[in-house]
Amino acid sequence: MTASTTELSLRVSADDRRIARYAAAAIALTVAEAAIPSPLPGVKPGLANIVILIVLLRHGWREAVWVSLLRVVAGSLAIGQFLAPGFFLSLAGTVCSLAVLAAASRLPRAWFGPVSQSICAAFAHIGGQVLLARLWLVPHDGVFYLVPVFAASALLFGVVNGLAAARFLADGTPSVSPGSK
Amino acid sequence: MTSWRALLRPGDWLVAALAAAAVAVSFPLLWRGGPAEKAVVKRDGTVVAELPLNITKRIEVQGALGTSVIEVRPGRARVAADPGPRQYCVKQGWLTQANAVAICAPNHVTLALVGAKASYDSLNY
Repeated sequence: MTASTTELSLRVSADDRRIARYAAAAIALTVAEAAIPSPLPGVKPGLANIVILIVLLRHGWREAVWVSLLRVVAGSLAIGQFLAPGFFLSLAGTVCSLAVLAAASRLPRAWFGPVSQSICAAFAHIGGQVLLARLWLVPHDGVFYLVPVFAASALLFGVVNGLAAARFLADGTPSVSPGSK
Repeated sequence: MTSWRALLRPGDWLVAALAAAAVAVSFPLLWRGGPAEKAVVKRDGTVVAELPLNITKRIEVQGALGTSVIEVRPGRARVAADPGPRQYCVKQGWLTQANAVAICAPNHVTLALVGAKASYDSLNY
């Protein structure tokens, strides 16, 4: 069989397209959020996590992992942070929150909604970030002085993002369709 | 349109309450060191001076290489000069938090700030 350079084709499944769409939405939120001034590095709303939560609850953990990691890599490329310290912090936080989401998504749905998962993920996110910062960037326990600030912001934005995700899931369409509302 | 309250399930309240408790518990961490009360200067691990942080003072400590100069101002202290080659303890600048330490290893001199709630007895000071 001779390989033809002109007929190189990638088979794109419906799943791939869906993941790409969700990832695009998450990346757009990441870029938009980068424009919001933050009082402290690390304190961010994490709006892209709304998308991750929706994907998690609609399509399962594996797709959430895809969207989430694509978001981290492509989002950091878009804002010029790729392989900068912020990228690794973001990656560490994302990996931790995905691990926690794997467990949190098994909680009984009747009792625990997107808000629970969002709060768990937000705390795992700051946990991963602070841990990496302590091990690598600031090898001093002084980093932990900031934990209360990070934890408070994780609680606030965890609840807000969870509510947003819950609203999207309850109302049906997270995709912005013309003429809605 | 569903109301925001309806989006929260019973377990969500529980998780939020637990998270809020975790935040509340973590807050004392922010001031764990507390305000510093005095500066302790040591040479080879033995205390050579304990300086209250409410009086401006400058002392000289003889170390292995030469003289380290410790400077105390209200609420802060620093190593003002040190004969060490890399000057790490000098570059650290002013120490303000309890449990903060500047170590001039080559000269065997350390400067540490101690708070009211030190793990050892500071009440009799």
